[in-house]
Amino acid sequence: MLRLSGLSKTYPNGTQALADVTLDVPQGEIVAFVGGSGCGKTTMLRLIAGLEQASKGRVELDGETLTAPHPAVGVIFQEPRLLPWLTVAQNIGFGLSALSRAEREARVEEALLRVGLAGYGGRWPRELSGGQAQRVAIVRALVARPKVLLLDEPFSALDAFTRASLHEHLIGLWEAHKPTLLLVTHDVEEAVTLADRVIVLQPKPGRIFAEPTLDLTRPRDKVGHDFADAKRRILAALDGSLQAPSPTRPREEIAGAWW
Amino acid sequence: MSSADTAASRSRAAAPPRGGFAARAPSPRALLGLLLPLALALGYEIAFRLGLVEARLLPPPSRVFATLAELARSGDLLTHASATLARVFAGFVFGAVAAILLGALTGSSALARRLLDPTLQALRAVPSLAWVPLFIMWFGIFETSKVTLIAVGVFFPVYLGVMGAIASVDRKIVEVGRVFRLDRVALARRILLPAILPDVVIALRSGLGLGFMFVVAAEIMGASEGLGYLLLDGQQLGKAAQIVAALIAFAVLGKICDGLLAAAARPFLRWQDSFARAGGEG
Ligand SMILES: Nc1ncnc2c1ncn2[C@@H]1O[C@H](COP(=O)(O)OP(=O)(O)O)[C@@H](O)[C@H]1O
Ligand SMILES: [Mg+2]
Repeated sequence: MLRLSGLSKTYPNGTQALADVTLDVPQGEIVAFVGGSGCGKTTMLRLIAGLEQASKGRVELDGETLTAPHPAVGVIFQEPRLLPWLTVAQNIGFGLSALSRAEREARVEEALLRVGLAGYGGRWPRELSGGQAQRVAIVRALVARPKVLLLDEPFSALDAFTRASLHEHLIGLWEAHKPTLLLVTHDVEEAVTLADRVIVLQPKPGRIFAEPTLDLTRPRDKVGHDFADAKRRILAALDGSLQAPSPTRPREEIAGAWW
Repeated sequence: MSSADTAASRSRAAAPPRGGFAARAPSPRALLGLLLPLALALGYEIAFRLGLVEARLLPPPSRVFATLAELARSGDLLTHASATLARVFAGFVFGAVAAILLGALTGSSALARRLLDPTLQALRAVPSLAWVPLFIMWFGIFETSKVTLIAVGVFFPVYLGVMGAIASVDRKIVEVGRVFRLDRVALARRILLPAILPDVVIALRSGLGLGFMFVVAAEIMGASEGLGYLLLDGQQLGKAAQIVAALIAFAVLGKICDGLLAAAARPFLRWQDSFARAGGEG
């Protein structure tokens, strides 16, 4: 169980990026976060990843409070962020230095096979397409078998066709060990395709606005009515989130912008 | 490195050779570059044989090569070349080591940069040759002052290169290291070092080039051996062929040293784009 309680973040420059986010995510659930830009999605993932410190509230994983990067939490960024001086295989094995060489190689080979990149282990990252590189980034995070995987708009730079095939790869990988996935996206279709729950955020400061119900089965029937209905509900909630009035601004922000 | 190296090398071996990297022998296209100097040399030789030019100021290639051959046969070439090389090597090592240490410090710590960099930049504003009188006063006219001068010449390009490389390491890639919970040492070894290496190699190569520049200055100011001494000796005795022979020796030596440095770095830089590699190899 991943538990966010009263999670808030005010950056040193006074921007309140996230205010009082409380959420329980059972192990193995896929949660998508949608919301306009600037509503604190990246900030929230960075807090969970331990890359930023919360100003208030906390993140707990199975009762353990997370304040720094944790072995059970994997991160996939918007860009693949592969290390250009390592081969594809070495990139995937980057976080596995604790394993024996043989075990590491076996895991890397298996991972490459799973995402359709068998035989690519010896390539350099610059020799990959954008979609291939992002697949490598996904398995680099997954070979360490994290309990929680954070994905910050991981497919937004890809074309629609590549994106759809990566959705399938991601679900396939997820089924192997069922990590909890927290997926930030601005693509409602993507959210409905992948997630068990979709949470709509609203900006200034970033907080949870609504959690529209989905009522869908897996595998998703993308042309069915239920899928279209779920999409409509989310879009309506998104609309509402952008029109909803902001609460009175917190004191820090007023102090930072008195002029 | 600790990652799946053998898996990698296995699949690489199966892959077809890539880029301009497989062939180390000079390609016919590379030989094109020899055409102009050879034609000029040949033209000048012919003009000399026809009595069209005066050989006292610029000797014909045949005479230059005869001089070179004689210097090589007598062992003088080896003596002078190794004296020069030893100076460049010592100066390069001292200058580069100091530059890497200080550059790493100012590149990675804002405090160190504020503290040290202004002073170093001020020293850099002094043309390096202007130090010569002081160095001679301090260290005498023998090896110490020469090596110091060369080290100073090597220092600045390397210092600037290392500092810049560290300061400009992509924060996003460093974050990958944090996500994988690397400690400071592992972060430096597995992320920072490989990330800055290309820039450091370029900095070292330009430092080495300056080392050769300053060894000439150091040797011309007074030395009993070295290629710079050959230059000066040739000038004083009016032996143009010896001067040109020394110039050629300098060029060959410089090119060889630069090539060795580049070759030593090459295994670590295989991952770079081939166009960058071609540019880097000059
Ligand atoms: N490092 C930072 N320092 C100051 N403000 C930041 C920083 N990162 C993000 N912000 C601000 O916090 C708010 C939320 O940003 P972010 O979490 O990136 O939103 P999203 O990912 O939803 O677009 C924005 O107003 C942004 O300008
Ligand atoms: Mg974002």
